[in-house]
Order: sequence, then C-alpha cells, then structure tokens
Amino acid sequence: MALDKNQIAQRIAQELQHNTYVNLGIGIPTLVANYIPQGIDIEFQSENGVLGMGPFPFNGEEDPDLINAGKQTITTLPGAVLFDSATSFAMIRGKHVQLTVLGAMEVSENGDIANWKIPGKMVKGMGGAMDLVASADNIIVAMMHTNRQGESKILKRCTLPITGVNCVKKIVTNLSVLEVTENGFKLLERAPGVSLEEIKTATEADLIIEGEIPEMKL
Amino acid sequence: MINKVVNNIEEALQGVESNMTFMVGGFGLSGIPENAIETLSKKDIFGLTCISNNAGVDDFGLGLLLKRKQIKKMISSYVGENAEFERQMLSGELDVDLIPQGSLAERCRAGGAGIPAFFTPAGFGTEVAEGKEVREYNGKPHILESALTADFAFVKAWKGDTAGNLIFKGTARNFNPLMAMAGKITVAEVEELVEAGELDPNQIHTPGIFVQRIFQGDKYEKRIEQRTVRTKE
Repeated sequence: MALDKNQIAQRIAQELQHNTYVNLGIGIPTLVANYIPQGIDIEFQSENGVLGMGPFPFNGEEDPDLINAGKQTITTLPGAVLFDSATSFAMIRGKHVQLTVLGAMEVSENGDIANWKIPGKMVKGMGGAMDLVASADNIIVAMMHTNRQGESKILKRCTLPITGVNCVKKIVTNLSVLEVTENGFKLLERAPGVSLEEIKTATEADLIIEGEIPEMKL
Repeated sequence: MINKVVNNIEEALQGVESNMTFMVGGFGLSGIPENAIETLSKKDIFGLTCISNNAGVDDFGLGLLLKRKQIKKMISSYVGENAEFERQMLSGELDVDLIPQGSLAERCRAGGAGIPAFFTPAGFGTEVAEGKEVREYNGKPHILESALTADFAFVKAWKGDTAGNLIFKGTARNFNPLMAMAGKITVAEVEELVEAGELDPNQIHTPGIFVQRIFQGDKYEKRIEQRTVRTKE
C-alpha cells in the first residue's frame, strides 16, 4: 500500500539526527514534527523568526503574534528564541540549520528541485525555499511520487522553473525512498506492499536498483 | 533625547505621494502596520512600489491597496494568499518582482547598513539569477544582489518610546527591524507608546536612530491567517 501523507512524514522522521536544528517546509514536512523518535532532541526553526517551535496552541490560546512560516498559529518551547528575518536567514545561509525538509513539484536526477512556479498558472513565489535549498547541507524532499494527473514528479530534467540546482539529497514519496547520487536516483526502499514494477511505472527518470530493495519500516 | 512623536496618523504620513517606494513590515498578517496601511488605502496616491514579504489578503493588509489599484509594482517573496493579487499579476496590470525571502531581508538590511550589494548563493541557476553577476567563492557560485531602500518604511512594533526605540513581540518582528533601517523616512506605529527612559535599553530591538516618526496605533485587529489549534486530551 502506498503511504499517506502522515506516513511519509513518519518515514522522514527516522532521518532526524540527535541535537540538530531542522527547518520544516509547508505541507507534509510540517507533519514530521509529530513523529520525532524517542531520545532524539531537535529544535525546529521557522524562517519567519523562531527557533524552538512547539506544537499548535490549545483552542483559545492562539497568539496572532506567534506564527510559523505557513502562517499557522504555534507555541514556543523552553529555550526558544525569536529574531528578525535577516538573522533567520543568517542561520540558514550560514549552514547553522542542519536539515531542511520541503515539498516539491518536481525533482530531477541531478538533484534540481522545482517548487515555486507554474508559468501562466500559479505564481505564489519562492518564499524562503531558494535560500534554504542553496545552503542546507542536507535536503530531504517530501512529496507524492506523481502529480494529480498521474505524471511522475521524479524526472530526468525538471520541466518547471527550478528553485535550486543540484541540492536534493533524498526523497521520500508515497511509493519509495530515493537517494540522489552522482549517477542518478538510487532506489533505497519501497513502501510496504508496493512492487518494483509499480515504482518504475510511476517514475520517468531511470532508477539505480541494486540487490533486494527492502520495504520501509514504519 | 530627540523626540520622534507625531500627533496623529495624518502627521505620520505627511509627504507620501504617488509613485513613491514604500517598505511595509510584516510576515503574512503578523506584525503589519495596520493603521498606516488602512490610512494609505484611503488616500489618492497611486503608482506605488511596495516592498513587502507578502501582499496581505484580499480585504486586509496590502490587499486594501491592491483592491484600489494603488500599487504598480510589488517586490515580495511569497504572494500566495491573495486572489486579487494573482489576478492582477497574471493579467499584467501589476508588475511583480519575486525574490528569495532571505535575499529580500538582507537587501533591506544592506540598504539601511550602507552596503550597496552582496553575493548570495540563493537563486543561483534559477530565473532569479538572470542578468545578475555570478562569482565563485569557496568553490560555489553566488549571485550579486543589490541593496533596497525606500522613500518611506512603515513598521509596527509592540512597544516604543518617544525617542523612537522599538521592542517587538513574538514573530511579529520579522522584516520590521530591517525595513526600519532602510527607510528614508521610517514611520513606526506601536501598540503602546511610553516616555523615553521607561524601556530598558538592554531590551530594545530597534534603536530610535532608525525611526523618524512614531505614534500609538488606534486599534489593532491582528487577524490570524491560519488558525491552527490542538484540542486538550
């Protein structure tokens, strides 16, 4: 069975390293915070100016002066700190934030990512995504394997305007875990019950498949 | 002490004209100068260039100026919350310069700090880099981004004093301190205005030297864009 969005987040949470600073993008990446493994300490950064972000507030305790980059109301945890946007991007550009998890419309086999614009149709802007992908040492993409039309989002080359070049390290989709290597996409894991054929059919790019491909453990 | 207090919003906005460039603080609807925006939206000034991370929503924030077509050009990083904005942009009525958020913040900071331009890795290899100088540092390509300044910067703080010193609250700080630095005339509106000496100098975020005019806003709606809560178990 293909994963749902929560399960994608759950699988990505297994990538979290102890004592690191992590920036989660809007959408599926936000859900990763719900699945932090036991014994792993993480501080979440939101680029609008908070480090040490906590869970959503209880009903009635929302503060309009305390939001995340998705404009959702949030809380802060002990040790949290607030700062301006230039300081926030100094943390990002200066590689003080170790991991970025973000969504994408397309990823290409050399690690290019497109997620900010569909010419003539949708122009929302890149927000902080271009700064994040240009600087983070580790970038994991969380997305569905195919778009609403059923077309592969894992491509030889991006067709949409790109957000960053040669930056994505790993992708977790509803069907698979892929690593971006110098030689292209390497298939690491399959979603439980999903066959190699299903993954290949849903993927426009070539896949490097070595030996038995294990199922994800959730 | 140099007194920065103006008597009312009209005095605060004295000198605003058509075709000027404004910086407007805030992230989403958090920390936007509500009083200045509302009053500007009632003035007959048009052809404005607005530098602001977002463009408000249809009926609040900069959306009010967009609705009256007062804005000719927006310089922003993300504009996804505003249907009227998207319509004007796709139809070509509105000129839009979308730039990476970190570059936007740093361009404002640089503008206020006397740094005319800087190199950043953000946007290399994308549309954003078109026409910009590329230089390699530490084996990695960077693009040249120029500083931004504005005729007026409109910012909003939690507390301020008569000397123009500002303290922000929560994530309502965002672009406000940077834009305060980059405005030729910076107009700060605050929820609470106190006498100089009442704020602890150790706790001030924006020194009053960056602020030319300060006033206490009449009211703050502080609208929440995405009210997201959890329930008590």
